[in-house]
This record gives sequence, structure tokens and C-alpha cells, in this order.
Amino acid sequence: MAKKQQTVALKQSWFTTVAKDFKRNKWVYLLALPAVIWYILFMYKPMYGIIIAFKDFKPIYGIIDSEWVGLEHFETFFGSRYFGTILKNTLLLNFYGIIFGFPIPIILALMMNELRSQKYKKFIQTTSYLPHFISLVVVCGMVVDFTSNRGFITYFVSQMTGNEYTTGILHKREFYRIIYIVSDIWQAAGWGSIIYLAALSGVDMSLYEAAKIDGAGKWKQLIHVTIPGIMPTIVIMFILKIGSIMSIGADKTILLYDETIYDTADIISSYVFREGIGGSNYSFSTAVGLFNSVINCVLVLSANALSKKFTDSGLF
Amino acid sequence: MIKRSKGEIIFEIFNIIFLAVVAIICLYPMLYVLLASFSKPSELMSHSGLLIKPLGFYTEAYKEVFARESIWVAYGNTFIYVIAGTIISLILTATFAYVLSRKGLYWNKALSIFALITMYFGGGMIPTFLNVIDLGLYNTRWAILLPTALSTYNMIIMRSGFAAVPTALEEAAEIDGASPFRTFVSIVLPLALPTVAVIALYYAVAQWNAWFNAAIYLMDTDLLPLQLFLRKILQDTNISEFTAGGGVASGDTLMLAEVIKYAVIIVSVVPILLLYPFIQKYFTKGVMVGAVKE
Repeated sequence: MAKKQQTVALKQSWFTTVAKDFKRNKWVYLLALPAVIWYILFMYKPMYGIIIAFKDFKPIYGIIDSEWVGLEHFETFFGSRYFGTILKNTLLLNFYGIIFGFPIPIILALMMNELRSQKYKKFIQTTSYLPHFISLVVVCGMVVDFTSNRGFITYFVSQMTGNEYTTGILHKREFYRIIYIVSDIWQAAGWGSIIYLAALSGVDMSLYEAAKIDGAGKWKQLIHVTIPGIMPTIVIMFILKIGSIMSIGADKTILLYDETIYDTADIISSYVFREGIGGSNYSFSTAVGLFNSVINCVLVLSANALSKKFTDSGLF
Repeated sequence: MIKRSKGEIIFEIFNIIFLAVVAIICLYPMLYVLLASFSKPSELMSHSGLLIKPLGFYTEAYKEVFARESIWVAYGNTFIYVIAGTIISLILTATFAYVLSRKGLYWNKALSIFALITMYFGGGMIPTFLNVIDLGLYNTRWAILLPTALSTYNMIIMRSGFAAVPTALEEAAEIDGASPFRTFVSIVLPLALPTVAVIALYYAVAQWNAWFNAAIYLMDTDLLPLQLFLRKILQDTNISEFTAGGGVASGDTLMLAEVIKYAVIIVSVVPILLLYPFIQKYFTKGVMVGAVKE
């Protein structure tokens, strides 16, 4: 009896808190309204749309009246030979991207940090950030041109290997991923170094003084002072990178590949794009996309857990 | 000052040279395109390897590009998308970020989670596409302006900027009878102006460079932004649009088409390149603010 009264009292106090809060802050909440509506219309409503992955969606019937088919689309996808191919391609592209792409901004930042002339440092920073602002359409347009049969990159590669590439090298199985990743590094490495430069500027200068007094040379200082100083940033950036493996977008692949190289170039998101937007297989492609999002979500959550364990700072 | 050892000096020289090479690698692709766009098509076609100066001096390609009405239409569309898109984005982002930055709101935490969930899970490409059709935005300018109007990441950066404004100032204004809206517009926004400017630039550049939504949501060529126009030019091997006059394209016009590609790239990146030196420092500021929250 006493317990019941207590819960009633609690409930009442909750309602009064909410009502009071609303009365006091109604104009504040009104300011949030446009964004809340936007989130519902453009973020949460598409999430509801995911249920077509379990239906046979026909645009004329709409989402509700289309027929349920259960896991049929998932079975088709997992059963197809192509499933293994695009999963492998997605993972490989990310794996190489991390191995080669992750250390470069760190190295770049370390080297820029060693420059004595502030003017020169500024110049290097400004030029290395520039590719970040070039649109993907232009970057991929340049890549396609430079790796075409008369492009200068093809020219250098044939000088080095002694082979002739009459059709260019972009759509060659052995070059496609390298070209994808190198152009990614070209576009992102400078911009990515900003965060490490910020971390470097936060390393305590007195530690360097102490190391010098102890007789440590440049190399020893790097190993014992600089690297440990920026380690938390490196760890969190690495974890973020791992967390974003499955969120790789379709746009760059769409701009670079063609049907002759699908076996190597096609990734999950570009497959969703072709099946869904190109082929109007809405339900099937939504199922494939959902598979991708679920793995992505698991990766992000585990990355976050790891981050909390190692650096005491997670994303949420 | 401790005297530097020989090894240190050698390292320093190596470092300077290495970074100079990095800078060249960053700049050269754009330079190549610029040089190629002024080159004689016949000479360019028979050339292999790098360019260090234009092969001849040839402005036909630019004349062709500027003579086309479609590129001006695309340019105009991009301006509309950048200006209108940035305004819409800023209104949505700033109002929401302000609410989240206010202390003592009961629903504050819930609203944060409501926004953050969308950073980790979303509808995906196809449900989003069908949603745009369902909302009746397909093949309208709104399909470019609305679906990407708010970036949660940018909103969080802005929230940090607003949170840095001393609460005492806001309280003082509200004791003097200012409404929350008034406090927002005349106290918080002016004091957090640098952050707002950074976010505005982020949105503007993103919209300038965007092409994917235009590719899937727009049918009318009259609505296409510059990037998509560019993609069409770069993709077409024969560029029929540019081989004016009809009839069979002769070798010259086919070659001209190659140079036109370079010219169109230059025409589309020039505005960003001209503005870049001035806005570059603001962008880096944004990265720093974003880093602080983590």
C-alpha cells in the first residue's frame, strides 16, 4: 500500500517536473522544433522504410500494403555467389585503406612539426589541405584521365614495369585498389594531419627539455616523448577508422569502376546502388543495405567499447 | 640554444626536401589539368608523361565551354543550391545546437540522443531514396536542399561553440526580460560567430562539391548542379554536346573534346581555389573544435 502511494507520488512528481519544465522553457523547445521535424522526416522515416526489406515492395501498393516475404531477400543475398565477392571487396578495400592510409597523416604531422620555419610550415599545411576541397567528381575525373591509355600515371607505370597498357590501368585487376587508395590518400592525408598537429602542439615542452638534459637525441625524444604524447589521439582515430569500415560510401566506386572490373571493384554500397536505383529492386537492395548497416552498427559499438577501455573516452 | 649535431642538420634538410615533394604532389595534378587545358589538342594527344608548360597556347577549349549555355545554367543552379542550402542548414543547425547547449532543460539529454542515434544508424540508400519520392521532392530543387540540410556532426561542433558562451551573460539577458529567442540572436550567436562561420563554410563547400543526390533525385537538365554537369562531360567519350554543328565529328573536334574536359574541370574548381587561401584557416579551426569534444 505504502509502495503504491510512493509510485503514484513519483509519477505525479514526474509529471509536474515535465509540465513545469515545459511551461518555463516552451519557447526554447519551439526553437528545436524545425530540427526535430527534419530528423523525423529525413532520418527516422527512412528507418521505418527499412521494413520493405522484409516485404515485396511495389511502389503502387506503398509500404503498408506490400506483401510480407520474411527473410526471402536475405536468403537470396546470402545464397548468391556475389555475396562473397562484394563482402571480400568491401573488407579488402578498407583493410588496405587502413594499412596504408592510416599512418601517413601521422608521419606527415610529425615531419611538419619538425620544421623550424613557421612560414614554410604554413605553406606546406596550406598546400597539403588543398586536395580535401577538390570535389570527388573532379578527383575521380583526374584519376580516370591520368590512368587512361595516354595518362601520365599509366606512362610511368609502363616505364617501370616494361608492359604496355593500351586500355589504361584503372580497370586492371592488379591496379584498381592501389589507384583507389592512393587517390584517397592524396585527397585526405593532409587534412587528416590537422588533428595530429593539434595533438603535437599539446605535448608538454618541459618533457623535451628533461629528455635533452638526460642526453636523449632527436630519435629518442620521438620515441619516448612525442609518440607517447600523441598516443591517445592515435588510438581514438584508429578506433574511429575501424568503426567506419562498413560505412564506406558508393560514390567513389561509382565514379571509378565500370562493368569490366565489377569482380574487384564492386562493394556492398555500390551493389545496393545498382540493384536499387538502377534496377528498381527496392526490397532486395534494402535488405542488402540493412545487412551492411547492422554490421556497421556492431562495429561502431565495439569500437566505442574499445575506445572506452583504452582511452577512457568514448564517443557516447 | 644547444648546438645541433650533424645528424640533426641532415635530417632537417631531408625533411624540408621531403615536404616540398609532398607539396608538389598535392599541387601537380591540378597544375597538369591547367596546363593541358591550354594545350593544342593534336600535340597533347601525341604527348606522354608530365607537362611542365602548355603545349602551344590554345584557348579554343575555353571559348567552347563559355559559349555553352548549359554550363551557365549549371553554374547558376550550383549558386542557388549553395546559398539556399547554407541558409537552411544554418537555421536548422544553429537553433537545435542552441537548445542542446542550454543548461537546465529536462529533455536536453533525450534530444541529444535523438540526434546522435542517426550518426550510427540510418535508413540506408534505398529507403532514403523512396522517402524523398514519397515526400514529393523528386525532381525538385528541394531534393537537393532538404535531405542533407542538417549534419549531426556539424551540429555537435556548433553546440560546443555555443556552450563556450558564458551562461552568466545569457542569464543576465533573460533577467532583463529577453526571450530565449532574443538571447539566442543577440547574445549567443554574435559571441559564437567564429564557430558559426566555420560551419557555414563546411555546409557551403559540401553543397558546392555534392553530386550524388543530384544524380539520383534530378531528371531535368535545367536543375542539374555544376558537379553533375561536369560528371556528364567527363564520362562522355564523344561529348556530343560539344561537337557542335552536327555531322560526323572529325579528328580535330574529337581531340578538342579531350581538351574541353580539362577546361571544364578548371572552370569548376576556380571559385574554390580562389577562395581557398582566405577560408583555409577557418576550416582548420573547425577541426580543432570538433576534436575538443572527443
